[in-house]
Amino acid sequence: MQVEGHAVCLPADIDTDVVIAGRYLRTKDRSVWAAHVFEDLDPALAPRLKGAVIVAGKNFGCGSSREQAAIAIREAGTVAVIAPSFARIFFRNAINIGLPLIEADIICDEGAPIKINLVQGVVEVSENLYNVPTLSPHMQEILDAGGLVEYWRKRL
Amino acid sequence: MSTLSERILDAPAGDYVDRKVDRAFACDGTGMLALEAWKSMGASNLSHKTEFSLFFDHIAPANNTPTATLQHELREFAKSSLMRFSDIGGGICHQLMGEGIVHPGEIVIGADSHSVTLGAFGAFATGVGATDMAAIWLTGETWFRVPESIGIHLEGRFTGAAEAKDLALSYVGKLGTDGAAYQALEFIGDGVKDLSVDERMVLCNLSVEVGAKTGLFYADDVTVRYLRERGHIVKPQLSDTCTYRRDMDFDLADVVPLVAVPHRVDTVKPVEDLAGLPVDQVFIGTCTNGRYSDLARFARIVKGKKVAIRTLVVPASVTVLGQAIRTGVLADIVEAGCTLGTPGCGPCLGAHMGVLGEEEVCLSTANRNFKNRMGVGGVIYLSSVATAAASALEGEITVPEVA
Repeated sequence: MQVEGHAVCLPADIDTDVVIAGRYLRTKDRSVWAAHVFEDLDPALAPRLKGAVIVAGKNFGCGSSREQAAIAIREAGTVAVIAPSFARIFFRNAINIGLPLIEADIICDEGAPIKINLVQGVVEVSENLYNVPTLSPHMQEILDAGGLVEYWRKRL
Repeated sequence: MSTLSERILDAPAGDYVDRKVDRAFACDGTGMLALEAWKSMGASNLSHKTEFSLFFDHIAPANNTPTATLQHELREFAKSSLMRFSDIGGGICHQLMGEGIVHPGEIVIGADSHSVTLGAFGAFATGVGATDMAAIWLTGETWFRVPESIGIHLEGRFTGAAEAKDLALSYVGKLGTDGAAYQALEFIGDGVKDLSVDERMVLCNLSVEVGAKTGLFYADDVTVRYLRERGHIVKPQLSDTCTYRRDMDFDLADVVPLVAVPHRVDTVKPVEDLAGLPVDQVFIGTCTNGRYSDLARFARIVKGKKVAIRTLVVPASVTVLGQAIRTGVLADIVEAGCTLGTPGCGPCLGAHMGVLGEEEVCLSTANRNFKNRMGVGGVIYLSSVATAAASALEGEITVPEVA
């Protein structure tokens, strides 16, 4: 499984309130979440996420369990998120909705092309290669299915 | 020679395991997204392995028509699926699960990050998102990576006006927002035996603010008595000697009133450093500090006086509210000029019932002070009940007197 996109750099300890604010949660319209993603951090960020690989600091996605945070990031066009560590509920949520996450501490170069081979655990940034941890087999299976909904739909 | 997490999950730290979930619950927020996932999976019947609950607490009562419409659909699902259902006004999921539902040794999963609160009963309790919850509705199981544990050794007793919330803010300040990522906190030592279940719930509640998978206390005589009073007979858990990945020591006598300043829970300062800071709103409540003991403590401080600023008091559950009515605590609170909210989360997540205006300052007994959480442009300071009460009377951050 390979994904590629341009780097969008974000700081450490991004909480899910700042990914998508509580005031936008009560809807089924996912485009609302995509439109307001990261609004309280930087209102100009959402359009730049189309085809992006977010490269963030440690502890990405801490705080509330709201799955809308992972959905908002994916619906805005983000193809993967790389961070040295993720909050555990966000980690599960992202894989469950089919958004690839890579636990790695890489230097972020805003706008630089990034290629990720999830199965081999390799990230290529501006011709630098990083070896990164791969997902557990079960999580890779969920991601390969396109998320936990699709995983179970195929089995029922 | 296992940690409590290893004992309950029946595997050593680091292992990936699939486990039956004893109890699972969702709220109005995560529930509607879980229902959508559930329908998309093509699922029809709830698993028989797990006891399921659904609580309307986050935006309860609904704040507008779209929310009410979504809640109507979820309410109908809850009734038709025959899971335990608590409608608006019942209270916060973590509090209600802690009023006699959760028992020691169980695996408990909530679709809310503060599900860690229930580790106070010697259960392995943690939070997941909506799609994970839908899969648990379907299978009654989920996967875990068994956590390593940090031993939080407690000794002594609180002195002065210090309370469990101050100790919680103290360990959050020391560990930082990801200091326990993927790990569990185990609260042990001689200081534990004098802590009530309510106080234990406060300490477990904040464990997610350091990234922990859960926080746990061994069930002891205090736990057994609490559950017996609610009609349940359980046995205490005997503690094992084990090696923790890291050990931290706290003497409760050294704990002083603290405040977490915007916009991070781990940025904590002594209350006296902030004394005099003007406050627009005080909020007493939430899954951290909305229990009867909190309301009673608040009432003791404000009784016979008048609050100087708008002060919102939201009981954590209808049980708490009933007890506060019967004992007269509620009368003291209302006569002091406070506003009463429907049992539930109140304005904690910024969706209704007391959100802030731009540049307004709130002193809250909740657990999160993230940027804009209670309203765009508003700022949140977190404190104990005693600090919040003293500050409500003065209209500015105030060092609480000995309670």
